Amino acid sequence: MSTATTSPATSPAAIPATRLLLRAGLLTLLALGGTFLLDPYRNYQLATAAGIFAAVAGLTLLVGLTGQLSLGHAVLMAAGGYGYALTATRVADALAGSGAADGVAGLLLPLLAGVVGALVASGALGVLLGLAAARLRGPYLAGLTLALVIALPSVAGTVPALAGAQGVSAPFVPVPDALAALIAVEQWHAWLAILLTSCAVTPLVALRSGRAGLRMRAVHDDETAARLAGIDPGRVKAGAFVASALAAGLGGAVLAVVTQQVSPGAYGLGFSLLLVVAAVVGGLGSLGGAAVGAVLVTLLPWLVDQATGALPADLGHRLQGNLEIAPFGVVVIVVMVLRPGGLARLVRGRSRNTSLSTNTER
Amino acid sequence: MERLVFLLSTGLARGAVLALFALSLVIVYRAARAVNFAQAAMAVVPVYVALAVTSAGGSFWLGLAVALAVGALLGAVVERGLLRLVPQETPLPGIIVAVGLVMVLQAGLAMVFGPDHRPVHAPFSQRPFDVGGVSVLSPYDLFVLVVAAVVMGGLALLFSRTSLGLRLRAAAFAPETSRLLGVRVPRMVTLGWMLSSATAALAALLLVPTGLGLDPHAADVLFVNAFAAAVVGGLDSPVGALVAGLAVGVLVTLVTGYASAAAAPLAVLVLLTAVLLVRPHGLFATREARTA
Amino acid sequence: MRSTTSRATPRGRTGAAAVLGLTAATALSACSTPAAADVPGVTDDTVVIGTHQPLTGPAAAGFASISAATAAYFEYVNDRGGINGRQIEYVVKDDGYNPATTQTVVRELVQQEEVFAIVNGLGTPTHSGVLDYLDQNGVPDLFVASGSLTWDQPEEYPNTFGFNADYVTEGAALAQYALDTDPDAVVCVLGQDDDFGEGILQGVELVADEVAVNETYSTADQDVTAQLGAMKEAGCTHNVLGTINGFTALAVGTAAQMGWFPAWHVSSSGADHPTLVEYLGEDGAPALEGLVSVNYLPHSPSSDWYELFTRINDEYNDGAPYTGNTTYGMSVGYQFAEALAAAGQDPTRESIVAALESGELRGNGVAPLTYSADDHFAYRTVRVAVVSDGVQDFVDAAYEVSESGATAVTPQETPLENEGVPAG
Repeated sequence: MSTATTSPATSPAAIPATRLLLRAGLLTLLALGGTFLLDPYRNYQLATAAGIFAAVAGLTLLVGLTGQLSLGHAVLMAAGGYGYALTATRVADALAGSGAADGVAGLLLPLLAGVVGALVASGALGVLLGLAAARLRGPYLAGLTLALVIALPSVAGTVPALAGAQGVSAPFVPVPDALAALIAVEQWHAWLAILLTSCAVTPLVALRSGRAGLRMRAVHDDETAARLAGIDPGRVKAGAFVASALAAGLGGAVLAVVTQQVSPGAYGLGFSLLLVVAAVVGGLGSLGGAAVGAVLVTLLPWLVDQATGALPADLGHRLQGNLEIAPFGVVVIVVMVLRPGGLARLVRGRSRNTSLSTNTER
Repeated sequence: MERLVFLLSTGLARGAVLALFALSLVIVYRAARAVNFAQAAMAVVPVYVALAVTSAGGSFWLGLAVALAVGALLGAVVERGLLRLVPQETPLPGIIVAVGLVMVLQAGLAMVFGPDHRPVHAPFSQRPFDVGGVSVLSPYDLFVLVVAAVVMGGLALLFSRTSLGLRLRAAAFAPETSRLLGVRVPRMVTLGWMLSSATAALAALLLVPTGLGLDPHAADVLFVNAFAAAVVGGLDSPVGALVAGLAVGVLVTLVTGYASAAAAPLAVLVLLTAVLLVRPHGLFATREARTA
Repeated sequence: MRSTTSRATPRGRTGAAAVLGLTAATALSACSTPAAADVPGVTDDTVVIGTHQPLTGPAAAGFASISAATAAYFEYVNDRGGINGRQIEYVVKDDGYNPATTQTVVRELVQQEEVFAIVNGLGTPTHSGVLDYLDQNGVPDLFVASGSLTWDQPEEYPNTFGFNADYVTEGAALAQYALDTDPDAVVCVLGQDDDFGEGILQGVELVADEVAVNETYSTADQDVTAQLGAMKEAGCTHNVLGTINGFTALAVGTAAQMGWFPAWHVSSSGADHPTLVEYLGEDGAPALEGLVSVNYLPHSPSSDWYELFTRINDEYNDGAPYTGNTTYGMSVGYQFAEALAAAGQDPTRESIVAALESGELRGNGVAPLTYSADDHFAYRTVRVAVVSDGVQDFVDAAYEVSESGATAVTPQETPLENEGVPAG
């Protein structure tokens, strides 16, 4: 798979690498600057929204561009989270004995090692799933990923290193001494979150607008034609899955940094479906939409909380948790009915095909 | 050995409900070429209605009849009112809409009825028979097995021997040709959804007395296990649903008994993955397996 | 699908979304950090405290009624002038038993609501995640609603105090009572597949020479037939259960269906008789006869506290059904009121922690509180209760559990004074 470093002559849609990086850098700086305007709680929310954005970005690309629906993306986030937590803890423990524990190295090494751990874990799982996904059609993949997310507590309980329902704790990354006077913990974590998310999403942008994106769309439109053009559909689909898995893994690492804890309860079925909701609401295939969806999913519980605050306690409590979910469901249905978005093009393409062929089997 | 017999019989009882639910997934797949990811939530709503009926003084059988009717109605409403509105050529929009529907239904039920488990009591004794010192099936378990067999037999007869069944199958396999031959395809699809939904409601109603009770999430795990069973047996094979359902039920019980309760979902996942990779169309598929 | 020929569009949309997001975030932000009160959550006439509880979701069924009971008790106290002239305001946030949500709501409580303390945070996996955060911010973390041993770490978490008798204590007491009533008892354990079940098992192993069979169950699987089959086959006579109410009912009910009626020794988390009767129905309820449980709170109709709590429940809690959760919730409320009163006329976060560590607080349990500078647990003594003739009540057996085992002691319930409102 090529990235945006191919010359514009062969792929007119590719954004030159420098321009891409410049824009990414600018947005990241904007986001970092924005953290000064927020109070600590909002910074915390921003950090979690960033982590969710990374995962939803990968998911929306996967579904929008290659038509592979994963209902279990939360598990990929969890894999990244566990990978981060386990690796960072080991490295931090190893450093604790030596003198390097204080200072920038002691701060950054566990963090970086953890990120590598997250990428390895989610990447490995992504490869496995991708290989399966390449061979499966829509409902089968969706069902498999659904079974995967239902089985996560089971996996956590069976693998000793994952410590069951209790979960694994990730080391707390304190504010470096140099910045301690300037920013608080929440803001520092928001910075880390934004930087990591930027690293997750920028490659996705490059992927999408480069040759890889073209290949993905080609395979999605018509596999036979793509094959004739020399593209291997299985590899493209699997590759897309791996890319989205890596992004989700980084999202999980972000959440692990911000909450210092990874447990199966945090990555359950409800959360996994919310990722799909976020992708749909923003428009499948749209990375900007993924950002909107992620923010919405993070903020809505707070909004509902404010709204139900006025109600009598018992009624308010019963409505509260559920009132967040029901509107999401409605929105998803409405969006799918009115604007299937990225799928519309596929639908048009397919109906052309079926009218030509005599075999009407689906 | 005794332990094995006990676990096997427990597994069969549990598998019967699974088989029934898997059958409901097979019906909707044969009728509409779709896997209904909202089946669990759609199955639980009729059971709440049935519970309301029995609480108001009705018998279990009245509740059962009401559940079947409500299930069929819900299937028709969802198919006509909701799924007709999304493009059907690819499965993705339908699945996403189903996900949204699950959220709406479960949140709605929780808002109206609260999260508590509502105990539902079985019409027959759940006390197992004692065969040579080993506890085997209870009267209720036998009832479930009989119901599953009857429903399956009935549906098999419907699909293979009646003209209605022929029309249902034709509408699913070759909609345009059937339309030319005078089959009312949309009506057949709706009928398929109604049958599927009613069967799922029946399965959920039979499941609930064996657990903690009814709550909005009562059928979630049932759906995942039944989906695995349906895939293992072949999404277009009712016989496959029966055999695989029983097999998955036995598998889960054996794993719980010999390993641990926590390992069961993992075992189902492994089975599902293995079948999808080796024989994606299931063990009893009537069609040749095709790669993506 | 957007066209790929225009270079600007994908980035432009992302940029627009980002700007939109930032604007929204700015609009949502509190204007500036408000001037911090001297003591967060305390004014001249109010004290604001917060908690995180599972009010919705699968775990809510067993625990949602606790916070309502605590709130009712606080209302009662407020109606009588509050504590040291201050009304207690109890903010309850729902976390759906999801550790990620707990993180969010606890931060909301500390940073947005600026609570004085977190009281009775519920759940082991949920609360473990916020220990560090509360410790770093110096927020008193009082009376955690879980029997895990994690809350008793005075060096690491000096502001965290447990409340429940821990699972090891309960398991040891339950097993000791089994051995005391039947020296030939074959003791087995059925526990939840997490720290709850592990703690109960640890307690049983402290006391019993041999645990014949140890089975676990998962809350995701509502069928415990396989586990009970194994226990029956092993010839268990006394089953110690580390189960929540629903699964206690499942275990007892399934065993009864198998024609097996061993002795059931159940943790306080899953032995609430009215709730169990509801699960089992009229036909199944007789199987509960003789059920043994332990409790550290005055949950007995003959106790003055019970009578007081029933009155408060009727008047301030809309006559909700009275269960073990009601006694629990109101006892937590009483505990906080007692601690707040002892914290002085002008309570601070330090003074309430000091009051707890002073060891002078008595609580309202079956034995005086064991809080001290080295011990952040409340109860190490539990009293045995038995269901006889359909009524669950205490018997004359209580155990104090330490590392060496369970010792029989005489229960010393704190008498009810001042109508249950601690004097300042």
